[in-house]
Amino acid sequence: MTATVTSPAARGGRRPTKKSLVPWLFLAPGLLLALVFKFWPMAKGAWLSFYDVRPFLGDKWTGLDNYTRVLTDHRFQDAIGHTLVLGIGQSLGAIVLGFVLALLLEGQARSLKIVRTAVFLPAVTATAVVGELWRLMYYPTSDGLINSGLDFLGLGPVQFLDNPDLALWSTMAMGIWIWAPYNMVIIMAGLAGVDRSLYEAAAMDGVSLWQRLRHVTLPAIRPAVGIVLTLAAIRGLRVFTEVYVLTGGGPAGSTEVWMTRAYTLGFTRNDIGGASAASVVLLCVTLLLTVTVNYFRTRGDAR
Amino acid sequence: MSAPAIDSVRTTTPKTTGKRSGKAKRTTPARFDTALGWNDRPGTAWALRILLCAIALAVFAGPFLAILSGAFTRNASGSSLSFLPHDSTLQNFTVAGERGIWDYFSNSLVIAGGGLLLQLVVCTLAAYALARHRFRGQALVLTLFMLTMMLPEEVIAIPLSLVLGDVPVVHLDLKGTVWGVILPLGAWGFSVMMLTEFMKDIPDEIEEAARLDGVGELRMLWQIVLPLCKPALGVAGVLGFIMIWDQYLLPLIAAKDPTDYTVTVALSVLRSDPQVGSGVVLAGAVIALVPSLIVYLLLQRSLVTGIAAGATKG
Repeated sequence: MTATVTSPAARGGRRPTKKSLVPWLFLAPGLLLALVFKFWPMAKGAWLSFYDVRPFLGDKWTGLDNYTRVLTDHRFQDAIGHTLVLGIGQSLGAIVLGFVLALLLEGQARSLKIVRTAVFLPAVTATAVVGELWRLMYYPTSDGLINSGLDFLGLGPVQFLDNPDLALWSTMAMGIWIWAPYNMVIIMAGLAGVDRSLYEAAAMDGVSLWQRLRHVTLPAIRPAVGIVLTLAAIRGLRVFTEVYVLTGGGPAGSTEVWMTRAYTLGFTRNDIGGASAASVVLLCVTLLLTVTVNYFRTRGDAR
Repeated sequence: MSAPAIDSVRTTTPKTTGKRSGKAKRTTPARFDTALGWNDRPGTAWALRILLCAIALAVFAGPFLAILSGAFTRNASGSSLSFLPHDSTLQNFTVAGERGIWDYFSNSLVIAGGGLLLQLVVCTLAAYALARHRFRGQALVLTLFMLTMMLPEEVIAIPLSLVLGDVPVVHLDLKGTVWGVILPLGAWGFSVMMLTEFMKDIPDEIEEAARLDGVGELRMLWQIVLPLCKPALGVAGVLGFIMIWDQYLLPLIAAKDPTDYTVTVALSVLRSDPQVGSGVVLAGAVIALVPSLIVYLLLQRSLVTGIAAGATKG
């Protein structure tokens, strides 16, 4: 992300603007909105995370209390575990399935374009709609949409969302369903960039399809996969809407993730300080992850 | 949907189209066109591909048919969800209408329309300054906009809800108004970055010629620069719309009471209403689905370009 944007100042030939106020006038609305609705809340969140927030009574400085409380809370620790399992499983699943879809649907034929258009639908649908849809598909009796299919195969009705051992995996399946088509588009853009003559050369050398995939296709789409992974990792950490709509964190907290927990803390329990501390921790982890991944990516590019 | 990594859309498009036209001219067999070497001639592989496509369609598009059929089925429940409607009726939509779904829908439309308009104007202005001017602090401004992109909305949700209740300096309460949702959407780092990259590629000669004719800054942007970056505006528009329509947490925290909800948030209100069945929820889902479907089908090309843009350069 950072590597691709070069400051125009670096390119010669553009004369310095004499009326140096002009660019700031153009930037003002954007900077103002970002300041008020992004950076100010961020600073305020960091500030509040050190306080015991009491409406009407005034906030009380408590130092790192909120942080220790949140990080030692076993429900939060569980939530961190769920977030990691969900994030990693969902990202890997969506990449593998996205890759399979891209391989399957690659091509110029009109019929393929129509199939691609249809398959991409989950990625453009609002998450809340997807959640409601999956709640109904996961309907726990044997005539629910998925369960009727299982019934046909002779498998009993599965309590997808009501069984604490299963709910997290059901959520993961929905996440894969949402993000696989999205990844498909990115990977397909990578596939389009593969030099076709390499395929031909591989065929001349008589290599197998598997070897061709491994040694020609995969190296060519590695940058695309790198981007997909970065995006997925960041997305995975902050996952909220999917879980909130599908299970609300239940049953018995078995799908509680970091952000749903912070939300409950902040809005249901009115523990603004604790929720802010949780958010700050998440923000730091996200930024750290982004910077690390970018660092390794730029280093990889330089090689 | 989150923003894909930034890259110049312009450099992506010609690359892929160039490849395509080159491919059409070449006479190599079609089996070298795809990674798996798919073949057009009927055979085992061909049949297998059709079968797999059918499965992919059933898995990824099938549920949407289920939404449609459920929405038009009388007394549909989660247990009677199927791919084909039976006993079709508009009753679900009538009931959903009685529960105020059209009010939620109009909230959504106002927010999507206003939010997108604001976002495009704000981001275009900022991109113009960043791409066509040189000034002190430019790198810092760029970094700030990039930070807004990395900053997940979820993380600032709790303090943001406090800020919306009492905006600093002016002390306005935006909660319960559409502004509470629209204004935070205004500065979107992704659009700023993408439009900046695109505008940088407009040749200086065009700008200089216009300046010699005495064209001012606003006219320069409106009459010279904007018409040249229509493709980028298309991408910013379609991705912006999908992003705004997908908002869940923001309308939730900006609402004072449930009548302020957008249609996507209101679905959970419908669901928790014990007096309406799944059919009504599905009718609501169809209503929430239609605008994004229309935008997607009309501007599919821009959308795919925008998402793929992040993929071609590391």
